[in-house]
Parts: sequence; structure tokens; C-alpha cells
Amino acid sequence: MIKLSWKYLIAKPLSTGLNILLLALGLAIITVLILIQDQFENKMTKDAEGIDLVVGAKGSPLQLILSSVYHIDFPTGNIDLKDAMALSKNRLVKNIIPLGLGDNYQGYRIVGTNHDYLALYKAVFSEGEAWEKPFDVVLGHEAAEKVGLKAGDTFIGSHGIGSSSHEHDAHPYVITGVLSPMGNVLDKLILTSIESVWYTHDEEHDHATHEAPVAKKGFPVTDQDREVTSLLIQYRNPIAAIQLPRFINSKSALQAASPSFEISRLFELLGVGVKLIQGLAIVIIIIAGLGIFIALFNSLKERKYDLAVMRTLGASSWQLFLHIVLEGVILTILGAVVGIAIGHLFLVILVMQNDQGAISTLSAAVFLKEELWILAYAVIVGILASLIPAWNAYQTDIAKQLTKA
Amino acid sequence: MVLRANNIEFYYDSNQKFQIPDINLDAGEQMLILGKSGSGKTTILNIIAGLLKPKSGTVNIDGTDIYSLKGSQFDKFRGKNIGIIFQKPHILAPLTVEENLQLANFFVKENTHLIEPLLKELGILDKRKARISTLSEGEAQRVSIARALVNKPKLILADEPTASLDDENATAVVKLLQNQAKKYDAALIIVTHDQRVKDHISNQIIIGGQS
Repeated sequence: MIKLSWKYLIAKPLSTGLNILLLALGLAIITVLILIQDQFENKMTKDAEGIDLVVGAKGSPLQLILSSVYHIDFPTGNIDLKDAMALSKNRLVKNIIPLGLGDNYQGYRIVGTNHDYLALYKAVFSEGEAWEKPFDVVLGHEAAEKVGLKAGDTFIGSHGIGSSSHEHDAHPYVITGVLSPMGNVLDKLILTSIESVWYTHDEEHDHATHEAPVAKKGFPVTDQDREVTSLLIQYRNPIAAIQLPRFINSKSALQAASPSFEISRLFELLGVGVKLIQGLAIVIIIIAGLGIFIALFNSLKERKYDLAVMRTLGASSWQLFLHIVLEGVILTILGAVVGIAIGHLFLVILVMQNDQGAISTLSAAVFLKEELWILAYAVIVGILASLIPAWNAYQTDIAKQLTKA
Repeated sequence: MVLRANNIEFYYDSNQKFQIPDINLDAGEQMLILGKSGSGKTTILNIIAGLLKPKSGTVNIDGTDIYSLKGSQFDKFRGKNIGIIFQKPHILAPLTVEENLQLANFFVKENTHLIEPLLKELGILDKRKARISTLSEGEAQRVSIARALVNKPKLILADEPTASLDDENATAVVKLLQNQAKKYDAALIIVTHDQRVKDHISNQIIIGGQS
């Protein structure tokens, strides 16, 4: 029975192909949307895990979150180390991790921080160990792979984030360790101590301080006027969630932003666009359904004879009904499979063209439960589109058809 | 008796009733129904084939009153017991020759293992994998005969099988039908207005006046 329907489909490769393509296109868009949405949300929540509040210079709170948690936007500016240290004495703060941004190596951001940052993401080393001295760095898995460096190698960082202006050639970095693939933001970062970031930008070089061990917890000890870019804060108790942001935003030169709040705001903004594309995809799918309906309906006119002959060969009305419905369903299943394949392919291309930035963290090799739903929807479209033609086939009057010739 | 069609009455319009004689045939018997076009020959054939319900009367094939059968039961019965050959071959174009015959087997859920021998006897075994569009008229007609026979029907009905053939082929087709019907012990009815067929079968009914 399936073979019979299939034979009739491939007897008309052009209209069959067109219908499959149209349906596949609509479903591919939905597949890509589902994949991107799911992975973005997953990544976003994963990367923000354990960070209750981000404190940085005044500016856009969303920008602060994007730059300090996800490392995709530019930082809002630097804050005074004294302000930051004052905040760490607040009784509502359980832990505070300073971040110093501003440099990159071949587009991978160099992040000055302390060992708590590694602990926050439960970092695992594939080789070497964490930094001990200034200019020791640890590479994220992807960063190491892309720049082709391993533990023991040295490199020279560039000033700026993303595109570099000039190189800090006075101070080569020494790689002390490389992380295992973590599946989070660490993969794309080059981690080092706050001190490394400071000393890189100094004009004078004091060799004694460059050999001294760096701070592994809290803030580095210094008597100079120093700055950091932002602070990742963990609350001591739930009351802090209410009091701390208000306190920081009103009283100091600092700005506090909550990752979960800002990210849900971001998704809300993106949601309009996503809805629009979704609507477009649904329209395409409906057109594809209509296309299948028209194709079946037209072919039925030519095929009434064939159907009548099948009846004389012993086919029941129900078998003819099934024959037409199967044709629609085969068409849509093929469309769904091709659509899901195109969706994944599209994502592969998208990821290949953006090997840095937010999109590169996506993976096309992920298959979701929702994709089975796409298949189910497609089958429903196929059944709906073939229902009327199938009913016509069911009602074929054999004698009338055969004598009409 | 393989076929018993009694007291059949049919009309599209009650003022214009068809005169339909009783038809009784035994297994292996053959009959010719002659008549001009428009005389209702095809209507009779459709009634006997179970495609068109008569206004009254019964059609009994191999002991079964076919118009008492319902739905798919009727379809199965028709597929299994009645082989119909149409004026035009009406072979399903998307399928190959062999697949057309397999389909007939499939619909009655029976494998008669007759496909190969039949194609061989009809001289078209080498065309078994061929597309229908590549066949000649005569070959297509033979495929449709093979398809009508593949389920070993008790009754073979042929509607103007020779209409589009030349003298030589017309004789060959009639001979073929007769031989195959005899071989599988089936009753054969040929409906035609073709005078060339007349000499081959002596058992004749004339519909709608002498032609």
C-alpha cells in the first residue's frame, strides 16, 4: 500500500518535490527557532548560575550583564577598587569575584579574576593547573584549540576587546593550564589574575611585584589606585536580593544588575521577532498544506480512472481512501525530515560563519523532543490536506468512471 | 452454474427500459453479446461485473448473489472472481507491468503465483519490468488480459476487446481470451459490436435488435 502511494508520488517528481521543499522550508525555520531558543536559554541560565548580582560602572544594566557574565558585549567601564572592596565588607554579600576585562588574544577575551571564578563554573583542567604568578594564564578549551596553543606556550595579548588596537609586547603571557570542554562561557575565555591585567597596562615595570604570587581569593592587595571592571556577587541570604541592589544603585557610583532579571527582559525583547518569524513559518506551512491539497486534488481528476480500475481489481473504498491519505502523509513526513535536516544544516553553517560571539556557542548536533512534535504536526497537515481528495476517491463511482471514456 | 443472471431490469429513465435477457453460463462456457453502440451492452456487462446495481433481478456468480454482498466484501469478491478487460487497457501508469499484476494479487490478499506463467504465455515476459508508457497497444492489451486472469477468476468479462485492433490482432486477442478462459476453466463473456468476432463464438445474444 505504501509502495503504491510512493509509486504515484515519484511518477510526478516535480510537483512532489516542490511540495516537499515548501513544507521543508517552513519546518526548517521552526526547527532553527526551536534549536536556537532552547540552546540560548539553556546556555544563558547555565552561565548565570551562581551569580546573583553583577556590579559594575553605571550604564546599561543589560550591557553589564552581557559583558560580565556572557562576555559578548563591551564593558560599561571600570570601577574603583576601593568602592569594590568596601562592598565586599557588606554583610549581605557571601562571596565576591572581581573581573578585569579589556584585553584579548586573537579575539578571545582575557579575563582577570581569581580562583573563585574557576570554582564558580566547576572548571576542570585537561592539562596544567591554575595561575600562580602574574602573567600566568589558563585557556578555555575552545580558545586553546582555535589559537593552537598548549600549556607552556607563551603569547602576547592585545589591547581592546574583540578588535585589537595595539599589542602589549612588553609582557608575554605564559600558559599554565588548559581547561576541559565545559559547555559554558569558560570555553572561550583566557583566564588570568587581576594583577596580570593591571601590570600589562602599567608603563613602568617592577620586577619584584611581577614575581610575587597573586591573590587567589578576594581582591589583590595593593597600595596603588587600581580599578576592576565588574564584580560577580553571591548573596548571603534572600533578603539581600531586595536590599543589596537598591543599596548599590542609590548610594554609590556603582550599578547593580541581576542576571536573571536582565535576561528575561532580553528574551522579552527578542520574543517579538521570534513570534514574527514563527508566524511566517506557519504561513509557509499552511501554503505547503494547500499545495499538497491542490496537487492531490488535481492528480485525482486524472486518476479517477486508475482508482476505478483498482476497484475492479478488488480494492475496497477504504483502501482507496487510505491510498490517497498515505500519499499526503508520505509527502509531509518527507517534508518534515528534509525540513529538520535543513534546519540543522542551516545552524551548522551559521555556527561555522560565526566562530566567535554568541552564536558560536550553539550546536547543531542537538536533537530535541520538540522536533518529534514537528514530525507530528507535519503528519497532521498531510492528513488534513489529503482528507477531501481521499473522500472523493472513496466515493468513486466505478461504473460511471469506466463508461465515461 | 458459474453465472446466473435472471429477471434483470435496468433503466436510467423509466420510459426507456433495457431489454435484458437471462444469461446462464457454466464453467468453461463462452458467450458473445452483440449489439450496436448505445444498445446497452456495456450496461449489461457492468451489471454482471457487479459495478452497477440493477433495478431488479439477481446476478448469481458461483453460488453467491453478488448484490447481497456489502462494502469491502463485495470488492474482494469482485477482485477474486471476476476478471474484467476493458476496451482500453487502463493499466496503472506509475507501475511496471509486473507491479500491475502484483497489485491485483495484493488487493485480494492472495498470491496465485500466476504472474510469470501468464506473462510467458502471453509473450510479454521480457516486458515485466517495463514502464507502461513504453508498451505498444497490443502489448498493453495483453497486459490487461494478464491482469484480468491473475486472480484465477471464475468469470471473465471483456468489453470491446478488439475495437482498437487490426484484423490480425483482433483474431489473436479473441483466440487468446478463449484459450486462457478454457485453460483456467472460467466462463467468458465478450461484449462487442465487432462483426469480426462473430465467427469465433457460436453462443450469441443480440441486444437492441439485429445489427
